[in-house]
Amino acid sequence: MPTTLPRLPDDRLRPLTEAYASAVRASRLRFLLGLVVFAVVLVVAARFAEVDLVKMANRIGAIGDYVGRLAVFDSGDFVGRPVIVAPGEWMWGLSHWAKLIGDTLLIAYAGTLLGAVAAFFLSFMAARNLGRHPMVRIGVKRLLEFCRTVPELVFALIFVIAFGLGPLPGVLALAIHTAGALGKMFSEVVENIDMKPVEGTTATGGSWWQTVRFAVVPQVAANFASYALLRFEINVRGASVMGFVGAGGIGQDLIEAIRKFYYADVSAILVLIILTVMVIDLATERLRHHLTATEARA
Amino acid sequence: MSIVIRSAGEPDGPMSTTRRIRSALGPTARENRRELEKRHPTIFAGSRLGRATTAAVVVGLLGLLVFALWRLEFSFARIGAGLGQLVHFLTLMVPPSAGTWARLWLFLHSLGETVAIALLGTLAAAVLAFPFGFLAAKNVVAQRVLHFFTRRFLDTIRGVDTLIWALIWINVVGLGPFAGILAIMSSDFGAFGKLFSEAIEAVDRKPIEGIASTGGSRLAEIRFAILPQILPVIAGQVLYYIESNTRSATIIGIVGAGGIGMYLSEAIRTLEWQQVSLLVLMILVTVAVIDQISSRIRFAVIGERRIET
Repeated sequence: MPTTLPRLPDDRLRPLTEAYASAVRASRLRFLLGLVVFAVVLVVAARFAEVDLVKMANRIGAIGDYVGRLAVFDSGDFVGRPVIVAPGEWMWGLSHWAKLIGDTLLIAYAGTLLGAVAAFFLSFMAARNLGRHPMVRIGVKRLLEFCRTVPELVFALIFVIAFGLGPLPGVLALAIHTAGALGKMFSEVVENIDMKPVEGTTATGGSWWQTVRFAVVPQVAANFASYALLRFEINVRGASVMGFVGAGGIGQDLIEAIRKFYYADVSAILVLIILTVMVIDLATERLRHHLTATEARA
Repeated sequence: MSIVIRSAGEPDGPMSTTRRIRSALGPTARENRRELEKRHPTIFAGSRLGRATTAAVVVGLLGLLVFALWRLEFSFARIGAGLGQLVHFLTLMVPPSAGTWARLWLFLHSLGETVAIALLGTLAAAVLAFPFGFLAAKNVVAQRVLHFFTRRFLDTIRGVDTLIWALIWINVVGLGPFAGILAIMSSDFGAFGKLFSEAIEAVDRKPIEGIASTGGSRLAEIRFAILPQILPVIAGQVLYYIESNTRSATIIGIVGAGGIGMYLSEAIRTLEWQQVSLLVLMILVTVAVIDQISSRIRFAVIGERRIET
């Protein structure tokens, strides 16, 4: 039912518009001030990062060009034709790449699990409500902070030199970073539990570990698992670039293909990585929904 | 029972109270454990199915871990030797030092570059993702197909790691921090598109209906009903990402896309351990400072609210 609203006569409209203008004036002024500060920060940052809009404008065509080159064969029988016409030729290294992607997943898995186990034990010590000595708590908190602030690739670089090339340093680097990131989330979960079971076990004479086992773990297990799955998802992405520094997985082949300008190989490997990440995302999302459902039932 | 009630009222703090209760009740409870078990068999036994499931999950997880470690050629000898090396490196790392003042200046400059990359990359991503957030939101664009393809497009972009984007952008715009900005922009574009669309889908319908009922256009609905609701949420998310991108920006230099990562990887590869520890310290301090600043701004903008990321 369409209706048109009558427009108010000017003399009745004026006080309304004036009231509106005075109401928004103060907030507009504050907004403008914020904008000026923001613009200054932006200009300084642009100077630092050598942003060159002229160069950008000149190179903007190169993006389309690059994507275009990714989509056609650069050598072989089908040179110059779109990769889709010969999927077999495009994915010529499929069995090799699939094995490497499997390795990547295993690196992510082992790193996540080892890191999650470490985070599991450390989180109870870092939680404010379980009455550990403040020195222990603060020490553990700082340790976790260090582990998650240093990027996993930096750990990987150092470990590659200490342990030698291969997936081992990749797993260790991911595990340490995961322990830091999950330890923080886990301890936040622990800090939000219902304290009544804790009081119950303490009151019946349970030791600290017994309290954790029987009063805390049952409350947090589902949440922990859900966070760990989320981390696994992130770590799959992280493991895909571990090979850039020689720490195993598909990254090694990808960086070689990119550096040597094997465009069709780059696109093939990228497509495989993206598909893997999507599948893992969907699977973990399913699992996490399942976990939150069991938690809600309990 | 009477012990609990009496000692809970005592003034000497909860810790000593619990300790006293523990020492008083513990032995009694343990002595009577067998009897308690007999009286409440179901509580002590737990559910058999639940236990079996737990055991199966644990065995499965461990089995896969063992397989992974075997496949990835883990060996304790190698770990032991590596740990020895690591300890050796650690002793070489103290005290942190840049060697020369000129080098320290270079480090500081590249640190500024790193922060600038994180800031500009995140902002560019937010600006680019803004319209896509609306396209991917069910309550704004009621077009199933468009909605589906926008979401998949964002997922595809999100699936590629920042470092891969950096490599690709280096091929396009050349080495340097500009490629880093574009890399951060590309990978966060996907994440922001998803987060923004979720924020838009969660808005309250009533202001929209209010605008519509006074004859406002579709654009007016977005401007006066949706935007005021989502802007604080979006601001919070952008600030959080600036913070976490400071961390990512420290590594994109490893592939040559600007920032402190270049010096860090160079120092590690040339075994200049004192420089490595200095650089890591600089990163830690910078991230802590950015963390503080951005959480201050965040609280000022949205109040103390948890951010879903």
